[in-house]
Amino acid sequence: MSTEMQNEAEIFRGTTDGKTTFRDARSVRGTPKKGLPAFVLGEELAEMARSDPRIVVATADLASANRTNDFRDVHPDRFVNFGIAEKNMITAAAGMASCGLIPYVATFASFCAILGAEQIRTDCAYPRMPVRVIGTHSGMSMGFYGSSHHALEDLGMLRVMADLTVICATDANHLRAVLRKSVDHPGAMYIRLGRGRDPVVYDSVPDLKIGRAIRLQEGLDLTLIATGSVVRATLDAAATLEAEDGLSVRVVDMHTISPLDRAEIQAAAEDTGRILTIEEHNITGGLGSAVAEVLVDLPRVPFRRHGVPDRYVEIGPPAALYAQYRLDAPGIAEVAREFCSAFTQRS
Amino acid sequence: MRSNVSLPVLEERAKFIRTETVRLTRIAGAGHYSSTFSCAEILSALYYSQMRIEPANPSWADRDRFVMSKGHAAIGLYPVLADLGYFDPSELDTYTRLGSNYGDHPDMKKVRGLDFSSGSLGHGLSVGVGMALAGRITGRDYRTYVMLGDGELSEGQIWEAVNSAGHLKLGHLVILLDRNGLSIDGHTEDVMTIEPVQDRFASFGWDVQRVDGHDLSAILDAFVRLPQGTTGKPQAIVFDTIKGRGVRRMEMSLDWHVGNLVGEDYDDVMTELEAGLQPYNPEHAE
Repeated sequence: MSTEMQNEAEIFRGTTDGKTTFRDARSVRGTPKKGLPAFVLGEELAEMARSDPRIVVATADLASANRTNDFRDVHPDRFVNFGIAEKNMITAAAGMASCGLIPYVATFASFCAILGAEQIRTDCAYPRMPVRVIGTHSGMSMGFYGSSHHALEDLGMLRVMADLTVICATDANHLRAVLRKSVDHPGAMYIRLGRGRDPVVYDSVPDLKIGRAIRLQEGLDLTLIATGSVVRATLDAAATLEAEDGLSVRVVDMHTISPLDRAEIQAAAEDTGRILTIEEHNITGGLGSAVAEVLVDLPRVPFRRHGVPDRYVEIGPPAALYAQYRLDAPGIAEVAREFCSAFTQRS
Repeated sequence: MRSNVSLPVLEERAKFIRTETVRLTRIAGAGHYSSTFSCAEILSALYYSQMRIEPANPSWADRDRFVMSKGHAAIGLYPVLADLGYFDPSELDTYTRLGSNYGDHPDMKKVRGLDFSSGSLGHGLSVGVGMALAGRITGRDYRTYVMLGDGELSEGQIWEAVNSAGHLKLGHLVILLDRNGLSIDGHTEDVMTIEPVQDRFASFGWDVQRVDGHDLSAILDAFVRLPQGTTGKPQAIVFDTIKGRGVRRMEMSLDWHVGNLVGEDYDDVMTELEAGLQPYNPEHAE
């Protein structure tokens, strides 16, 4: 079995040869998982729950894939596996929340955000229940598992719901910050994760404010606004643009999609003019659309959205798909160059 | 509460639920008469006799919970909550008017004493599963009652919840099934099969009782048979009821799921309700 195949098999408990267990696969590959977002999920929640009896965790037959089993091992009385029944899980979480608990319910983004969208709206957001729905393996990070397992529409579907906070975790330390801030955050939340191998952006747990973007680096010629899984690649693309094109590039981590940090977008428009958004999401309805809704009320600046075209993507490994859709660092740099060429820098 | 309220008092409260439903519907110009009439006795017995509640303290952590999964019967629940003292009954005069706290489907953020919002059918039992789980996790012995309509048993999420409650042994979770026989488009067995509903619940690990849902004595007896304790088999009570019960023109009629009585019809129906339940004559049914 190739390393890549081994990696792909790890998503589920079993593996492609039907013999190796999930944990065995980790040891065979020998790559430490600590520090990658999905893999700190259960550990961080377990730590938080030591001092907060309100925290409960549930999943829908994916405790291994999203590592909520790390929570289960520490707090078995506060963990529920609902089986493959996501709607029941999300609504039951709302019922628990109505009794004073703070439930974190995790499964693949395609099966909580898309399958469970009505439960999120009607049972969590509308009654303002403090349910934290955690969508792991979002975007097209499930690669060749196919479009049934992708979630390239979740941000668009959920950001239009009132009283629902929508956040994309950037990396492991950022996820820790999001989780810690989420405990007493009012109302329901959707927390979008990648597949648990997102590269490091934050060397330590950032001082996070929900609804406030993080400006990762200053710049004067162009602002790249990215979210979640593509922030690292965007930073790398910015470095390339600075080194090879002499551009001064501002990079913003727009982790909170709703409520959106309008002030940061306005500042980018005023300070740098050109704005390019980058997201692992359908080009319609996600971060780019949200930023456009802010910009349309401001004096016009050059603006472009970069994401996945409005179609179901090809079969392929994640890395190949990111390259195909220019969501890796070279691809983002290329898109940014095209954008800057089309809109030459103001004097 | 769980008090020994006499049957005549409970009958009077069931009548009150029906007359208030007729009164409030006239304010709105449309309302769910027949779905509310079918569960009037169940609501009366539950709220005035069975549930452990303190209306002066609606957020009491140890209170029994109630989820009106068939949210369209909220029009019969609001008067009960007001009558018990959760809010001023005069607030109901605003029913469905702009800015009112009281709409056709209930909003827990607006209605004092309401344990959860509802309206989208098929969700309520999952809410109850969560409430029952929370009771277990927090070490409280309250019961969670969920009133289901029979039509909503076609929703898949109901069976996710039924299955999980059996698996998790939520013995303090109680389904109150208003088996009134009709959904909007016809008899439930014509629209989508529900029977044998007792066997269906039992096969998921539930204890099931089946009683006449308009016989207050039978309803109270069914409540008495509910076991104590928070673990064990979850409990389902199938209440055989008559949609529209109490108003002859509405009994088992497909025309009155949503309606509005005006003029003499309004007065006639109020008079009929004031006289109390008359023997049901199935010849009037469709």
